[in-house]
Amino acid sequence: MAIKRKPKLAVWKFASCDGCQLSLLDCEDELLGVADRINIAYFLEASRDTVKGPYDISLVEGSITTQHDAEHIQKIRKSSKLLVAIGACATAGGIQALRNFKDVKDFISVVYASPKYIDTLDKSTPISSHVHVDFELQGCPINKRQLLEVLSAFLHGRKPNTPPHSVCIECKRRGTVCVMVAQGIPCLGPVTHAGCNAICPSYCRGCYGCYGPKETSNTGSLSSRFTRLGMNDENIVRSFRNFYATSEPFRKESEVHNHL
Amino acid sequence: MITPSIKVMDRVILERNHFQKLIDVLITRDYRVVGPTLGEGAIVYDELNSVDKLPIGWTDDQDGGTYRLKKRSDQALFGYVVGPHSWKKFLLPSALRLWQAKRHDNGFQIIPENEEIQKFAFIGVRSCDIHAVSTQDKIFMNGQHIDPHYQSRRKDAFILAVNCGKADGTCFCVSMNTGPKVTFGFDLAVTEILEDNNHYFVVEVGTELGAEILHEVTYREANGREKKLADGIIKNTARQMGRVMDTTNIKDLLYKNYEHPRWDDVAKRCLTCANCTMVCPTCFCTTVEDVTDLTGDHAERWRKLDSCFTMDFSYIHGGSIRASTKSRYRQWMTHKLAAWIDQFGMSGCVGCGRCITWCPVAIDITEEVRAIRENEMIDTSTISGKEKTNAIA
Repeated sequence: MAIKRKPKLAVWKFASCDGCQLSLLDCEDELLGVADRINIAYFLEASRDTVKGPYDISLVEGSITTQHDAEHIQKIRKSSKLLVAIGACATAGGIQALRNFKDVKDFISVVYASPKYIDTLDKSTPISSHVHVDFELQGCPINKRQLLEVLSAFLHGRKPNTPPHSVCIECKRRGTVCVMVAQGIPCLGPVTHAGCNAICPSYCRGCYGCYGPKETSNTGSLSSRFTRLGMNDENIVRSFRNFYATSEPFRKESEVHNHL
Repeated sequence: MITPSIKVMDRVILERNHFQKLIDVLITRDYRVVGPTLGEGAIVYDELNSVDKLPIGWTDDQDGGTYRLKKRSDQALFGYVVGPHSWKKFLLPSALRLWQAKRHDNGFQIIPENEEIQKFAFIGVRSCDIHAVSTQDKIFMNGQHIDPHYQSRRKDAFILAVNCGKADGTCFCVSMNTGPKVTFGFDLAVTEILEDNNHYFVVEVGTELGAEILHEVTYREANGREKKLADGIIKNTARQMGRVMDTTNIKDLLYKNYEHPRWDDVAKRCLTCANCTMVCPTCFCTTVEDVTDLTGDHAERWRKLDSCFTMDFSYIHGGSIRASTKSRYRQWMTHKLAAWIDQFGMSGCVGCGRCITWCPVAIDITEEVRAIRENEMIDTSTISGKEKTNAIA
């Protein structure tokens, strides 16, 4: 779908840290170009001035954690031609989906002085669990270049180049030496979605998996390798229960190693 | 020092102290000198303007899924084997803009890339990698469709080869008939010798250009003993191979075993991360990405190194042809070791061992071939009842 007139963009926030929305503001040099081509109609983080829907593109950040959110996302879907979920929260439930493994009431009673004021759902769920999502951009936070790529692609009616292959390919393309092979550092790169341009390994750190599972993610084989590198089950659970804890491959792998 | 005139196939001596001069001569002749150097816990290929940037006194220790740097007890310049990089880093860049386009009133205008490629001097090219470069030469510079990007990087490249003084845990060039002795495709080939207080190189001249360049560097005649020492070093390396691959009838072996249960076994271990193809010095697949900016007035076409281990690689209308890991691993290995022979008249594997070392879960191509060979599927359709029972048993 190529949009001829200046398209209307809305940016929505659910349970999240705002980091993904900030990626749009962080575009700095490109931001004027964005504003020039797109009518930023609803973006509370940037402006109180809002334009009513319907919208051509809605960027949705955050996961659904309350009944109010669950109803609100339905309205957003109805007023959006294209709905793009951005970030780990919107695409997989985010770090707050760690509650999904426990009873959320236990947390509430520990964290809040007056738990009676807290009205929340048992589970944190991605946008796609509630409405049809046209495109998901993974990452915690998303990469601003990838966000611009997605916006450009939808503006001009082409497929975004956001390949779902491993982080390893990004390491190899930039010439970074494998930290797991050369230094024995556990790294989630082989099971993680590309997009960050392999930042952590380029600083001699293992990948944390903050872009979530790649296509056909073989977490079982990688876990066996982690075990051989001396990692215990508790830490294997921790490495998979992070930004994308409830994504299918990471959740399943963490459950294999979870003995609690 | 006497400088006798030299010609192709001559062997002379270059003293260690004069190695810098060789680099200087190449720089003076306007080469971009690249070669092995220490980086990120490994020996990588990068710019080399001084002999001191070589990994002097370092070696590597490699096995399936592991690579470690170690100190040597001497000051050898080339006392290691191949690392995570290969020469395709320079000859087949991992990302290359092919052209740009600009929109105007009546259409668009293509802006070609005016690439200024400085000629390369590759220092320390091993025999396996010379075979790998020659494999890619055949793919990119032979036949009807010559790749101009590869050709412009390759055509004037100067190659200083090294006969390996050691083999590593994942080396198997002897099995693939690709080493350790450098036999072709070099301008100069050196064998490094360290004995007592002497440190020198026996240099074989491969081309007129090699002779010309060596002439500008100081060298002396090699005596019989020195030549013999060099030969002995190479023979010794050949005996140290960490891996072996039996290539007898390998094409038929793999073609006959598409449904071998070993493919399911390797699929359980394979991460489809593509590291093997990325480090392989012969793997040449690329993908093309078209990008536009927000304005839509500017477009670019990029070529990027790709891998048959991704889903997108085999994506056609309706989905990916090779959705299972089994089909992707089988495709890669069967192409590399069998279909490559039909396609290019040679094996796609040069026995460098990179795919074994840099596989995060230590999948070993030599082991996979062995497993298939030792428990080969027998075509049961052509044998009778009793034999069939025996064969299956």
